[in-house]
Amino acid sequence: MQSKASATVTAPVPVIIPQSRQVQWRDFVVYIFFAVVLLFFALTIGDKGFLSVANLFNITRTTSMIAIMAIAMTFVIAAGELDLSIGSSAALSALVAGLTMAAGYGMVAGVAMGILSGLAVGALNSFFVTVFKIPSFLVTLGSMQLIRGLDMRLTYTKPVAISESAFNSIFGSGKIGPVPSLFVWSLVVVVVCHIVLRYTTFGRQVLATGGNPVAARYSGVPVERIKMYCFLLSGAAGALAGLLYSGMMQTARYTFGTGAELAAIAAVILGGTSLFGGKATVIGTFVGALLIGTINNGLIIMGLDVSEQMMISGGLIIMAVAFGRRPTKT
Amino acid sequence: MAVPNVLEMRDIQKSFSNIPVLRKVNFTLQKGEVHAFMGGNGAGKSTLMKVLTGIYSRDSGEILINGKSHHFATPRDAEAAGIAMIFQELSLIPTLTVAQNIFLHREPRSGYLLNDNEAVRRSREILTDLGEDIDPNARVEDISSGACQMVEIAKALSQNAQILVMDEPTSSLSEHETSALFRIVRRLQSNGISIIYISHRMAEIFEICDRVTVMRDGGIVLTGTCKDISMQALIDAMLGPGTGSSLQWHERNSRADALTVLDVENITSAGAYRDVSFQIRAGEIVGLAGLMGSGRTEIAQTIFGIRSPDTGVVRLNGKSIASTAEAIAAGIALVPESRRRQGLILDHSVAENFLLPNLDLFKAGYFVGERGAARKILDFIKLLGIKTDSPDKAVHELSGGNQQKVVLSKWLVREPKLLILDEPTLGVDIGAKSDIVEIVRKLADNGAAVLVISSEFEELLALSDRILVLQDGNITNQLDRRNIASEEVLHHAVQS
Repeated sequence: MQSKASATVTAPVPVIIPQSRQVQWRDFVVYIFFAVVLLFFALTIGDKGFLSVANLFNITRTTSMIAIMAIAMTFVIAAGELDLSIGSSAALSALVAGLTMAAGYGMVAGVAMGILSGLAVGALNSFFVTVFKIPSFLVTLGSMQLIRGLDMRLTYTKPVAISESAFNSIFGSGKIGPVPSLFVWSLVVVVVCHIVLRYTTFGRQVLATGGNPVAARYSGVPVERIKMYCFLLSGAAGALAGLLYSGMMQTARYTFGTGAELAAIAAVILGGTSLFGGKATVIGTFVGALLIGTINNGLIIMGLDVSEQMMISGGLIIMAVAFGRRPTKT
Repeated sequence: MAVPNVLEMRDIQKSFSNIPVLRKVNFTLQKGEVHAFMGGNGAGKSTLMKVLTGIYSRDSGEILINGKSHHFATPRDAEAAGIAMIFQELSLIPTLTVAQNIFLHREPRSGYLLNDNEAVRRSREILTDLGEDIDPNARVEDISSGACQMVEIAKALSQNAQILVMDEPTSSLSEHETSALFRIVRRLQSNGISIIYISHRMAEIFEICDRVTVMRDGGIVLTGTCKDISMQALIDAMLGPGTGSSLQWHERNSRADALTVLDVENITSAGAYRDVSFQIRAGEIVGLAGLMGSGRTEIAQTIFGIRSPDTGVVRLNGKSIASTAEAIAAGIALVPESRRRQGLILDHSVAENFLLPNLDLFKAGYFVGERGAARKILDFIKLLGIKTDSPDKAVHELSGGNQQKVVLSKWLVREPKLLILDEPTLGVDIGAKSDIVEIVRKLADNGAAVLVISSEFEELLALSDRILVLQDGNITNQLDRRNIASEEVLHHAVQS
């Protein structure tokens, strides 16, 4: 396509323009990093069980909640906003679903109520962002606290046991063949969201909204509505993650998803999405989440304690982001 | 020669990856002159200025200041030699005060601490000298863009600049602010300061400049005294041999019985415009002349559905318009005033910008029809002569004129029934400008209605069949183009 394009340009342009192609490897830094990390662990702890199928599936299982939240966060960030409340709404949905099922309404009602609670959080956030024009960082900083408080209050911090075995299987310990259902959930979210972001009108409008909301509006994009959809998506994804946490633990707890918003943002940025909006990749985010999960898993197998794990994975995140940064133009 | 040269650039050469951008350029600036510097995008004028201000280093050649050879390794060296540049995009920090901006990085100190009072005192001194009443303690974000320009000049003067480079200084100024700027320029001139004045605006150049230099393809093609050079000669020099100017008006036969496309009926918006009514017929080009702040942009926004009027109604082919979605669906397109802020998503590619308002046109089932759009954008790149080596190039890498053509292309593909152009050639070089004028004419010839807003009367006069005069939000006059003998007539109508 490029050669065809340059053939149509008639007049030679004497201006020197840096070739955008040259720096594009930076878009793939997360994949390179992921490959290097896998190779490193394979060589050092491959014989200690890191490479076993069970362990690899374990990584995908434990990362899937963060991955799902990070993918929704990709849309929010792509639209130029941020959602810090996603972890709190995961716990809310887990508790709401758990309480609904404990009251005897069954799995379908439980799941529906859980997802609805997530959508409600998304609606609340988008209302203040789009109607009152409050920066989403502040709105969701508030709703993060507010919802977490609500989570604690719902059961006075007591866990809710979930005895629906179908729920615990579909949203937790079940498998399709050798593949854990948690991983299947995240794969479904990846595929659907990748297609939506990359190939649909909505996806383009999300990127335009984050790239330049004013120009987007002048091009007929309903920017406020697009932002609302992103927050609703984020609420729903947080809710799904909450269901997965509770299915895996067969219990709902108010502590679910604590700090998940920051892990999700880290995965998004590692994946190559611009923190300022307008440029985003769902696949990159997914690999970013897997990368974080793999690093944590490998370090545990290496026998490092939590404090060391945190220091190393934090340092690696900074490094990866530094490599992925475009050189700033003067 | 009685007047000494304050600056001499001799045989300056500069190449980027073996492509020569400056070919042995010779340029002299006399003490106390205002020297216009013109040329299309890519002619090399900004590269030459970057060499002069120490941003680029030259490959060969010599720079003499007051007869002494200088080598600038960094912008600071050029500053120390008395050269200051006032940028098109103002380089002030909005959250700092005027005085803090003027002395940024060179703050007066007492001991280890900054001496704010001294900075304020000296700022006031310079501003008063300029005849400007600007409070040194005001934050830059709270003052007008004209005042910002003055602060930029004050900043340059505080560094004892002898040579000022002004890059399109009037592009964001109102008429009133422009005349204030010209007063300052003359005052600086009489104090012996030399000014290189970069501009695309012919009228300004003839008003304020002593000499003019035109660059094309990395070399200087014309230097002379403004008095002895005609506007046509300048345009010819910039465009090169064999290209005529399209900025000449010629009567078009728009039919008086053509159907009314746009009907604006008694719209009022508090603080912007009052009781505005007009119609535009199919195939007609109507100009909207008025000073900045006269409500002209707000009227354009209202027709396009971005802003809703307090009372009154806008109709396109009889259908009332209340939102941008409705406006676009009805066939209205707006090329907005600020192409960088409103017209384009700068980090996105040419193709993505082209596609954005046309997602409804290019669909493949449930998905975006990228292939169809890619073919179409190639057509438009060829048709409008957009200089880009790929549709996938980010638009911020394109020149102003080419960016504007991208904005045009994204609307032209919809075959609009009404095209509104708000300052369509602002910051666009003369070549692209005449291209744009041609495109608009062709569109109208094919039956579209066109509304043009411009601060450049020359452009309005070249394009319009009819001109509406807007003053303080009111349409006060309506002129048939045939009855406007000269630019002065329009000037008079707008300002009286």
